[in-house]
Amino acid sequence: MRSGIHRIALTGQPNCGKSTIFNMLTGGRQFVANYPGATVSIKTSTFMWKDEKINLTDLPGTYSLSSYSEEERIARDFILEQKPSLVVDVVDASNLKRHLYLTFQLLEIGAPLFIVLNMLDVAEKRGLRIDAKALSHALGLPVVSTVGNKGKGKNDLKNGLFESLHNSNGKKELFKVDYGVLEPYISNVSLMIEKSMGGKKLPSRWVAIKLFEEDEIANHIVTKECSGAKEILSFVKNAAIEFEKAHDDSPRGFIAFRRHVEAEKIEKSCIVKVKEISITLTDKIDALVCHRIWGPLILVGVIYFLYELSIVRGYELTNYMIPLLEKFRNTVESYLPIGSFLHEPLLRSLVLSVVTSINSVLIYIPIFLILFALIAVIEDVGYMPRMAFILDKLFRRFGLHGQSTLPLILGGVFVGGCAVPGVMATRVIADEKARLATILIVPLMNCLAKVPLYTLLISIYFAKEKATAMFFISTITIIIALSVAKILTLTLLKNKLSSPFVLEMPPYHISTIRGVVVRSVERTWLFVKKVLTIIMFVAIAVYFLTNYPSISETRMDDYTKRSEDIKNTFLNEIQRTSFYEQLSSDAALAHYLSIEERYKNEKRALVSASDERRDRFEKRFSERYPTIYPLLNAKGKDGRTLSKAFKQMKRDRAMLFMEMRDERLHGSFLGMAGKALEPVTHFAGFNWKVNVALLSSLAAKESSVATLGVLYQPREEGQTLEQRMKEQEQGFSPLHALALMVFMAMYPPCIAALLMVKMEAGGWRWAFIALGYPIALGIVLATIIYTGGSLLGMSGKQAMGAFYGIALLVAFLLGKVKGPFFHEEEDFFEGDSLNGKEVNHI
Amino acid sequence: MITLDAMKPGEKCVIKKNRARGVVGQRLMDLGFFPGVEVHVIRNAPFVDPVDVQLEGHHVSIRHEEASFVEVEKL
Repeated sequence: MRSGIHRIALTGQPNCGKSTIFNMLTGGRQFVANYPGATVSIKTSTFMWKDEKINLTDLPGTYSLSSYSEEERIARDFILEQKPSLVVDVVDASNLKRHLYLTFQLLEIGAPLFIVLNMLDVAEKRGLRIDAKALSHALGLPVVSTVGNKGKGKNDLKNGLFESLHNSNGKKELFKVDYGVLEPYISNVSLMIEKSMGGKKLPSRWVAIKLFEEDEIANHIVTKECSGAKEILSFVKNAAIEFEKAHDDSPRGFIAFRRHVEAEKIEKSCIVKVKEISITLTDKIDALVCHRIWGPLILVGVIYFLYELSIVRGYELTNYMIPLLEKFRNTVESYLPIGSFLHEPLLRSLVLSVVTSINSVLIYIPIFLILFALIAVIEDVGYMPRMAFILDKLFRRFGLHGQSTLPLILGGVFVGGCAVPGVMATRVIADEKARLATILIVPLMNCLAKVPLYTLLISIYFAKEKATAMFFISTITIIIALSVAKILTLTLLKNKLSSPFVLEMPPYHISTIRGVVVRSVERTWLFVKKVLTIIMFVAIAVYFLTNYPSISETRMDDYTKRSEDIKNTFLNEIQRTSFYEQLSSDAALAHYLSIEERYKNEKRALVSASDERRDRFEKRFSERYPTIYPLLNAKGKDGRTLSKAFKQMKRDRAMLFMEMRDERLHGSFLGMAGKALEPVTHFAGFNWKVNVALLSSLAAKESSVATLGVLYQPREEGQTLEQRMKEQEQGFSPLHALALMVFMAMYPPCIAALLMVKMEAGGWRWAFIALGYPIALGIVLATIIYTGGSLLGMSGKQAMGAFYGIALLVAFLLGKVKGPFFHEEEDFFEGDSLNGKEVNHI
Repeated sequence: MITLDAMKPGEKCVIKKNRARGVVGQRLMDLGFFPGVEVHVIRNAPFVDPVDVQLEGHHVSIRHEEASFVEVEKL
């Protein structure tokens, strides 16, 4: 007990219903933190029981406590170092034997254990009746039965925990696995450790067993803590060889086997099989879901629904977000200084551009909420391992893993995903090499933000073959991404740890609505919180890069003159009206312009609102700006004159502003960079304007079309961007467009996604790789298309076909290349022991 | 000696020995691949690999590559 708070840790094997127990105890309120230096997150929460505060930590689910996976190391280190007052081991009653295998290891490590016998309902359905008292007696531990997802046993559990916290379990004799013929060796080593370890810091029997299990942690502990380390280690080594000779099994295999046998014994002593059930519902569902033909079809159906619900429906919901975000922007705007007719104060334009950037991320909140909720359902139900089962073979050819399926779907395998949840979903991939490869290729998928540019270019340059072009762009990305994954795993990721594909396929569960909602909100919130701070800094940087160095003084004089002309024309027009006096000064006019804009914006947001609300809005405005309000809807001859002249003036001013923005961008650091890159990008068919658009998209790809919109100014009223581009870029051919589209397909991840890559891959290094390689790849591919296509005199359509063919061929050939294998890993030493035996024979 | 990867869907066998060490060995033991345990091969994945096997009342999907470390006796 530390500072009056009891600390309890929750452990258990995967799929034992640990998180439902966590939610049952804490009510779902939780604090999620990434474990320092690891990608595994740990949830903590506190709850009160009988006026005492209890802090609960949810450790990662693990099958064992070895050093082989990050989850296992974290769970073990937490128990050893944090020394919680109680460790709650959640045990799946329907699979008692396997779960006891972990319980034994927890007992050996010296954890103060408390057993929760969960999922009794599932066990009952399988015809099993479990005697909790017998289990408690056999283990010497307190046992409480629960049905976590139905909330059954909540008070019993809380009372049980309370009691255990207050009467430490000292009286009862704890169960100890009997390692039979290995016992003499274990007690010998245990004694040696006890003697040479300064004080009894760790349970010596546990360290001894771990030494025989060839666990690196034991080696580490002994070397660090024991004075006679060398002696102990060489004793263990010799003993292991001796044991293996005598019993035809390594001590390690034998230890695990003994645990298995003892678990079987205990299971037999407390489980009665009431009836024999040969085929469960899960088996029946699997016969369909994992079927050779139906399986893939169902998978396609699930993908379709995932898209339809999150991307399509979610996108519709963003329409409800827009007014909210606009209101937010308007509110911010109303607090900012106004400036003059020609100049916007720095503070105003900077803050507004930051707000716009933030809004461009916030707008996706509905999509994230739905997406995360659906992922939670798929996770809970148990469909993930089935997905992996169906597609593993295909992905494996390219160095990926069956579990790469979901991340790629979320990233937008075909069209319209988002790399952020995609990268986030890579967390489940057990294989480190495949996980990193997946993280790095998810951003190559077609995220929502890439779509506007595709649509723009296809409708101008591939108008006749829209469907073909759409098919091309939505499938070329996965073809290229698979090749990239293969190359990455054979080169950059060659030395990353690969793990075996031995995956449990748990019984299907129904997920609880609360669990799904809690997880979806929690993940969305985590994302928003992390991204907003970064976006802010990036938006500020982008602002300065696109606005500085500013327009030269001589050019500025010209603009000032033109703005004076516009202003004077307007004032001349309204000279005879009664409003002239009020608007004649520069400051007054600037003020009026900003108020008028806000009035229009807010009014537009209320179009579909009730009359009453609209009246309230008008009243509020008239009270706030009593002198200006009459001008806004002025009637009569004067009113008409004002309205007409004002509209013209606003249009001229907007054009002037756009021209200035354009010039500022040309002269800005970003514009210079765009020009500096032209000698390189020219082979890919990109002129400097396109370069600027692409560079400015680094912050958010959505802006590519917006930037092109600024670069290709309308010459006539009401021209669409399509018309403008077509007219102003006479030299721009479908080949240019194709190169640009493929470059956009390979475009590096946005800031939010890069941040996610950093978090999930564990380091900025990976974020830089994820930023760098797509740019290089994109330039190379675009150059192949443009330069190659021009040299061969291909049309856009021909180049598209040729490129597709080449990409397919490359992917096919790379798929044939053998490897990567995990055999080559050093911790797999089957080869070593064979060599050892051969040496012995000689 | 037959290994688990050679078994066909629908066949049953008993594990004789788990030859894998390192991570593979650990994962196999974690999921109950011990001598004497009965394994029922349920089905292959649509692209043949991996394979779904049932043992000790639960299902495990395992690649043929990893299954080749498990020596079995056909029933």
